[in-house]
Amino acid sequence: MIPLLASKLILKCLERENVEFVFGYPGGALLPLYEAFRTSPIKHILVRNEQTAPHYASGYARESGRVGVCLATSGPGATNLVTGIATAYLDSIPIVAITGQVDRALIGTDAFQEADITGATAPFTKHSYLVQNAADIPRIIREAFHIASTGRPGPVLIDIPRDVQLENVKTGLTYDKIDIMGYKPNLNGHSGQIKRAIKKIKEATKPVIYAGGGVVLGNAQTELLAFAEKNNIPVITSLMGIGGFPEDHPLYCGIVGSHGYKYSNVVMNGADLIINIGARMSNRATSQLTKFEKDTDFVHIDIDPAEIGKNMETNIPIVGDAKTVLSELVQKDTVGDHAGWLAEIETIRSENPLVYDADPPCSDLINPKILFKDMSEMTSDNATVVGDVGLNQIWSALYYRIIKNRRYYTSGGLGTMGYSIPAACGAAFATLDKPKEIFIVCGDGSFQMSMGELGVIAEHQLNVNIILITNTKLGMVRQLQFDNYGKGHYSGTDINFDIDFMKLAEAYGIKSFKVDKNADFNKVLPEVIKHQGPTLIQCQVHPDFIRI
Amino acid sequence: MEKKTCLSLLVENNFGVLSRISGLFARRGYNIDSLTVGTTENAELSRITITVTGDDQILTQIKKQLNKLIDVITVIELKPDEAIIRELVFIKVKADDTTRSQIVEIANMFRANIVDVARESLVIEITGTRYKIEGFFEMVEPYGILEFVRSGDTGLQRGGKILSH
Repeated sequence: MIPLLASKLILKCLERENVEFVFGYPGGALLPLYEAFRTSPIKHILVRNEQTAPHYASGYARESGRVGVCLATSGPGATNLVTGIATAYLDSIPIVAITGQVDRALIGTDAFQEADITGATAPFTKHSYLVQNAADIPRIIREAFHIASTGRPGPVLIDIPRDVQLENVKTGLTYDKIDIMGYKPNLNGHSGQIKRAIKKIKEATKPVIYAGGGVVLGNAQTELLAFAEKNNIPVITSLMGIGGFPEDHPLYCGIVGSHGYKYSNVVMNGADLIINIGARMSNRATSQLTKFEKDTDFVHIDIDPAEIGKNMETNIPIVGDAKTVLSELVQKDTVGDHAGWLAEIETIRSENPLVYDADPPCSDLINPKILFKDMSEMTSDNATVVGDVGLNQIWSALYYRIIKNRRYYTSGGLGTMGYSIPAACGAAFATLDKPKEIFIVCGDGSFQMSMGELGVIAEHQLNVNIILITNTKLGMVRQLQFDNYGKGHYSGTDINFDIDFMKLAEAYGIKSFKVDKNADFNKVLPEVIKHQGPTLIQCQVHPDFIRI
Repeated sequence: MEKKTCLSLLVENNFGVLSRISGLFARRGYNIDSLTVGTTENAELSRITITVTGDDQILTQIKKQLNKLIDVITVIELKPDEAIIRELVFIKVKADDTTRSQIVEIANMFRANIVDVARESLVIEITGTRYKIEGFFEMVEPYGILEFVRSGDTGLQRGGKILSH
């Protein structure tokens, strides 16, 4: 066999994993790999800061259902990936991060641009590798993609010293069969536990399905819909579960949690059985659930056994994949009559209506709740909306309706500001061959964290539309300051410079609009949707509009 | 209710495996009482014994979280009546011409070995369960313990079962 340069072998291995795009930033420790990119069919997308690269990979993964790949050089390049890797870990998004490392002989000497990145990311990678021998590359890359995308998905890091990339390897792509002794994810629920769950479901008078990110990641929407409809069980989602169940369905009961709908929390508190499918029960989701643990039965279906019983005592644990377990459950005889419970929920819903109104001066500018409600009416049935972090995230999550094939992505677990622009770009790269409506929702705070990526949007003329909600404040922290310390107790949350975002967009050649009335937004939006290429709408919201 | 539990792990001998395991305990706030690691009959595998303290919920979580690590192949709990669990301790005790023979006699009763003798001290090597070692400490304490070092528990299941199966 003709020896192959390891750097070329790396890209051959990525090709074998069907990688189309790598989102990266070059540097000294990656020179051999970048030399190999010149002749590879894999497209390298130059991000403008390594910090955004994992978010591109994350958006790409969420949109395509495949593994996203990001790349950075050793030292500062690698450490810049850390927040994005942690973001993917907390939301269980399958990405592979590749980093350059200093030569093997220099490891441990504090060499120029040396950082222990496998050590630094250990707490929030599903697994990581330091490649010490080029012959291991085919096995490691195969395993990394397998680990990232199976079981509970998550980020895997591969750290490759520069001199390893320069080795000549004779092994070729010989590694086919994956056999990792300590990694055998369980997909099928335990039949005994499923029997117990069915008994509980039959007995329950006030059951609720609580759908988390596992339903979306596991593509179990069809199975969930069938199961809920067959048994007449209402469905509540977590923030990560948005998109798991159609929001225009009569059984849909909103989003739970400290930033959820009030009625959803009331319904969940009233349930006698919670069927949790792929939700972590994090503190943010359960903060409004008061009487819950004492008199509620709890079935927890999760692919990760460690999630079951971690935050909430569980009567019936079912370790398995959401799609597999739900397809089994839907075949069982569980039908219950929950007419009384559904009527009670209707009362709860009407007693806790969504409040859209605002008083002056807030009502003089854009009402963001109405904005997202209107946007729901005007956008396509398969639109992707990427919410950033802050008030913009909660408004878009609560008031933009995810129906049919729409998708909603956000950094739910880690709450990483600056996520929306690169993640939406990743989604746009995933759909280059069949462009769709992609919306970035961010505030003036989160926009400024990633606005360098406008360069990528402009360079590739990505079909993304930025809905920029501006109030010259860091709105959500300001809301927390108001709630915790009272009016006027604002600290460090003013963005004391009113940026001319129109000029900024113009500098990048991005078509832009500025609106301060909902009616104007509604006029501009269809134009933006029709426009081929990137757009930005700056939407002026009053700083005191802090209600969600 | 908090209790001490002894876990036995079979792990792949990969780069950074020990730091992954100890890091898991640190970041999730679990207490490690002791940790020992060594090679096995298979050069690609290592065996780790960890003694932890926690209530049932924490112990279950620890086992689940350890199992999530890709390098970890098996985690079992070594139950005292189904396993041999021992610890090796070296104790340096003050000893002069008047006390030396008494200390040696105590050591003999515990089947401990004297491994170093100096004019004013003895080093005793003792292997045993936590209870035996506590008992020995109690006996030699009055003579003055200068320093000691403990290996931490290590253990093996009784009977024909082996961990790699």
